[in-house]
Amino acid sequence: MPLLKTENLSKSFGGLKAVSNLDIEINQGELIGLIGPNGAGKTTVFNLLTGVYEKTEGTMTFMDKNVSGLKPYQVTLRGMARTFQNIRLFSDLSVIDNVKVAYHQRTSYSTFSALFRLPSFYSGEAEMQRKAMELLKIFNLDDKAEETAKNLPYGEQRRLEIARALATDPQLLLLDEPAAGMNPQETHDLMNLIRWIREKFKLTILLIEHDMSLVMGVCERIYVLDYGMIIAQGAPDEIKSNPKVIEAYLGEEVV
Amino acid sequence: MRNWFNRKNIVALLGIVLLYAVVQGLIVFDIMPPFYKLTLILICIYIILSTSLNLINGITGQFSIGHAGFMAVGAYVSAMVTAIMHGPLLLGIFIGAVVAALGGLLVGLPTLRLKGDYLAIATLGFGEIVRIVFLNMEFVGGAAGFTLPSKITWTWAFLLMVFSVVIIKNFVGSTHGRACISIRENEIAAESMGVNTTKYKVMAFTIGAFFAGLAGAIYANYMYIIQPGTFSFLKSFDILVMVVLGGLGSITGGIVGAVVYTLISALLAGIPEWRLVITAVFLVVLMIFRPTGIMGTKEFTLGFLGKKGDKNATSKN
Amino acid sequence: MDSISTQIFQQIINGLSLGSIYALIALGYTMVYGIIKLINFAHGDVMMVGAYSGWFAVTVLHLPFLPALLFSMISCALLGVLIERIAYKPLRNASRIAALITAIGVSLFLEYGGMIVVTAQVRTYPPVFPDTRYILGGVYFKYGDIVMLLTAVVLMALLHFTVQYTKVGKAMRAVSYDKDAALLMGINTNNIISFTFAIGSALAAAAGVLMGVYFNTIDPLMGIIPGLKAFVAAVLGGIGIIPGPMVGGLMLGLVESVVSGLGASTWRDAVAFLILILVLIIKPSGLFGKNVREKV
Repeated sequence: MPLLKTENLSKSFGGLKAVSNLDIEINQGELIGLIGPNGAGKTTVFNLLTGVYEKTEGTMTFMDKNVSGLKPYQVTLRGMARTFQNIRLFSDLSVIDNVKVAYHQRTSYSTFSALFRLPSFYSGEAEMQRKAMELLKIFNLDDKAEETAKNLPYGEQRRLEIARALATDPQLLLLDEPAAGMNPQETHDLMNLIRWIREKFKLTILLIEHDMSLVMGVCERIYVLDYGMIIAQGAPDEIKSNPKVIEAYLGEEVV
Repeated sequence: MRNWFNRKNIVALLGIVLLYAVVQGLIVFDIMPPFYKLTLILICIYIILSTSLNLINGITGQFSIGHAGFMAVGAYVSAMVTAIMHGPLLLGIFIGAVVAALGGLLVGLPTLRLKGDYLAIATLGFGEIVRIVFLNMEFVGGAAGFTLPSKITWTWAFLLMVFSVVIIKNFVGSTHGRACISIRENEIAAESMGVNTTKYKVMAFTIGAFFAGLAGAIYANYMYIIQPGTFSFLKSFDILVMVVLGGLGSITGGIVGAVVYTLISALLAGIPEWRLVITAVFLVVLMIFRPTGIMGTKEFTLGFLGKKGDKNATSKN
Repeated sequence: MDSISTQIFQQIINGLSLGSIYALIALGYTMVYGIIKLINFAHGDVMMVGAYSGWFAVTVLHLPFLPALLFSMISCALLGVLIERIAYKPLRNASRIAALITAIGVSLFLEYGGMIVVTAQVRTYPPVFPDTRYILGGVYFKYGDIVMLLTAVVLMALLHFTVQYTKVGKAMRAVSYDKDAALLMGINTNNIISFTFAIGSALAAAAGVLMGVYFNTIDPLMGIIPGLKAFVAAVLGGIGIIPGPMVGGLMLGLVESVVSGLGASTWRDAVAFLILILVLIIKPSGLFGKNVREKV
């Protein structure tokens, strides 16, 4: 049984079909790439999966359950987390508070106990602080825990976004162009980080990326999207030599 | 319990007790002129109002300018309980606040889907509707107003103010408060991180309305008379101005704003015709030269006392 | 005609006259909002200043209606530009709430500054129009009603023409669509914004004069409620587009006169705000507006 399966998934904005008849299957533990030229509808796919947009047609099954029609926070509760193409941190909050927001849904204490500062509030906050620091350590951000998120350098903001997504305790992680704006060295480090967190957190990852070296380097299987439709899928080597893909997107870059 | 008595809390508590004792002493020994006492009680009322509006506008980032509507609900409902039904004072205040909170829930559920200016206008419209409803209720005096005995003492006003600020501050400093702040910072990301944004917007709105009602109830039971005209949108603007003056998103800023604004109004009370003109110029100049208010989003803290004993609280404390 | 339908028609006439005033004020709101995304709370007070300048022109300068109207429109156009340059321009890149507070400040300044200048005393507007009434099928048309409707329609038509077919109008639309791009295309955005304030304030002044004529009395706080209601009208029709506030204003006027006609005039304002809230909840962009969604 696949972890995530979409059948015939479509989304139209007015007359424009942004995504049409999307059929994808992702198995537990896979690391999948989703590529395609600008405007192919990649981010729209993410927005459909996470409930930001409502689908026009089709079905989405995640962990054997229908997830269409859920709100984004409900999708997150079911175990799907994401990052954003244009970084969306809580910029005026500290680094650690960014992570704590993501722990929110699993907080143990009630509103009442927060208002009247009952013992469960203090133990709950202490537990959250400990878990958040552990996570930041993995991402090498622990010494910047108290810094304001917007003051981090760009690469660290990207890392914090991934850390924050992981704090929701996901099964499936959706990364939207995680290497955008990074230099080759940072991209290389990111590749290793992605591989590493997959092992450590037993994650399944779906990755949108423009950087070909990253996609070809880490992904086991790739879907190619063009004009909202899947035009090819397979292992990186097959994709590289697929004439349809070359025509639609890769062009002379790879040849 | 042990968590409560860290150094910062003890110092804060001592400060609060001292402030109370000094004023109470001046009142008991009859040194305090009545106008000063009125101003002090008004400051308590406005601190509750600005702190509760700050929860909605500054912390959660929703743009409400109908706070006087909830204040009116609290004032009139508590007046009905204490003066018409002859109920006990505290019960009246509590019922006033609860009904205002229910009003907040009722208004918040449909309108909080709106963003920015549209939400502002909807809440303003709601506030005006509340005023007109009371205007048309003959059994609470209609336009002429409703008179009731003044039962609130400085002690009660001060205690209720401290209670309100502590509860709102505790809310903001918890995971629920962080959920609200995350909505202000980036609503889409908040939702994607598992925050039920609708729930928290409505929660902040309802808590804000509760305390606005509480403030209204104190007002009604102190001022001898309440009139629908008192709770017009100009009152909502006054509260908004206090919050922005002190710093949107800063609880201590909101308190500073309430104190400064009430004092300015009291100082200018001698020249009523110039009062609002001077206030207006002051506002425009302030917005041009310091649009984030006196405190920005920063909090005035007792941080210089060291971090000892406060490790358990949130990082922002 | 029987008396009920006569009454209905009478209320429609009253509603249209009142509605045309709301529409004129609402146009200024929507133009300013369209171009700098500011709810100009002082707009209703500019209307008040317009009413007083008109009153001054008629009683002190002894001008007839049309020159008085022009006098009031020109003085308020200047006032509008002045307000924009002094109070709003320094805040163009500040937060929306800072701009809104400033607008509230300007509004209070005009109201209470006005009180110091002209005193709080209520003034009576001189009878500008002959008291002629025309009866058509049992429905009264006052001479004033007709002039008001005509003035409003002519001004709106002029505005529509300016925005759609002139170079300045094209520049205004460009600035409201994308200020930075317009600047790069060589449009002097500051001048265009000032021009927008001038036109909006002139329309408000016209509304103020008509208001004085319609209700016979003026006072320094007269702008508050009509200002708010004109904003309701603007939202009702869809803010940021020209035909929106016209339709919204006329509809609001009709609803109000119907509510008054039913004998519930104390609830009139509440009904206006209730409609506002319902429209916002059901169709937030107004009856004619387009939905804009945030890109994720």
